[in-house]
Amino acid sequence: MGMAIDRDDTQFHVLAVDDSLIDRKLIERLLKTSSFQVTAVDSGSKALEFLGLNNNDADDDEEYEQRDSNTESVSSDEDQDHQDLGLGVNLIITDYCMPGMTGYDLLKKIKKSSSFKDIPVVIMSSENIPSRINRCLEDGAEEFFLKPVQLSDVNKLRPHLMKGRSKDIDSSHKTTSTRLISSGD
Amino acid sequence: MDLAALKTQLKNFVQSMFEEGVLDNQFSQIQALQDSTNPNFVEEVITLFCNDAERIINEINRNLGYQNVDFSNLDSYVHQLKGSSSSIGANRLKLACANLRQASDERNKEGCLQALQLITCEYCLLRRKFQALLHLERSIVELETNQK
Repeated sequence: MGMAIDRDDTQFHVLAVDDSLIDRKLIERLLKTSSFQVTAVDSGSKALEFLGLNNNDADDDEEYEQRDSNTESVSSDEDQDHQDLGLGVNLIITDYCMPGMTGYDLLKKIKKSSSFKDIPVVIMSSENIPSRINRCLEDGAEEFFLKPVQLSDVNKLRPHLMKGRSKDIDSSHKTTSTRLISSGD
Repeated sequence: MDLAALKTQLKNFVQSMFEEGVLDNQFSQIQALQDSTNPNFVEEVITLFCNDAERIINEINRNLGYQNVDFSNLDSYVHQLKGSSSSIGANRLKLACANLRQASDERNKEGCLQALQLITCEYCLLRRKFQALLHLERSIVELETNQK
């Protein structure tokens, strides 16, 4: 079977991350109104879990060296699952201020991951702190939205998603051959 | 009362809340997200908000009851309440939160207690008005359903 790119070409899948129940409900509605498919989770660790990234996995390439008693061992099959799950998500939109893992921490983890670093990440925050905004943008966030997020903000997402999609199609062959090599076949 | 009159009453009621500064434009955004595929969206958001706000206000109350107040914990709760208030368009409540934030930053327990009183006041006012709003909404839905 190999890697099946099972993707509905007409719908993008957004992973929304926010610890606030109300904000989760709002962002979900905003995204669905704009015809996005949405998965909403309440923490950075749940987001990583959804992507198939173990919390301790900073970098897929280093996975094999990072094993310790606390980390789930990652087999080459799981590596394939990471890729398949990750291809299901086209964009991640996350709140900045969350207990435990902040949106910034999540951004860093995503960007360090060889499987997911190309997924666009958008950060939301209720606080207008220029140094915070700049840091997020410099470290790889595509956009920074001030809360409360509006429909006009959500409309800015599509160009980032379109960019990602054409890149996915181009690199799909390269990704397949890379995986075959790293799975040790 | 007929449907058109009810709708006008609702519209005027919400308008008065804007004029009093109880609600701001964000609430209009929420209303705009309600449609036939999500006919109860406003009610759902209001319900979520009220449950959340009450939980947080109780926690803040509890926190301020201790001799040694954990101000960073308090900070976190105020941040949550301010965020929720902002997201639903609860303008005056959001401003009241800023007061508490200020007092908490100054580690001023007495100031916090006063600010909490204001928050509680604003929340109770808001909840009363939301209840009236939802009552109108439900009457409208009932009439619309009966007319189908």
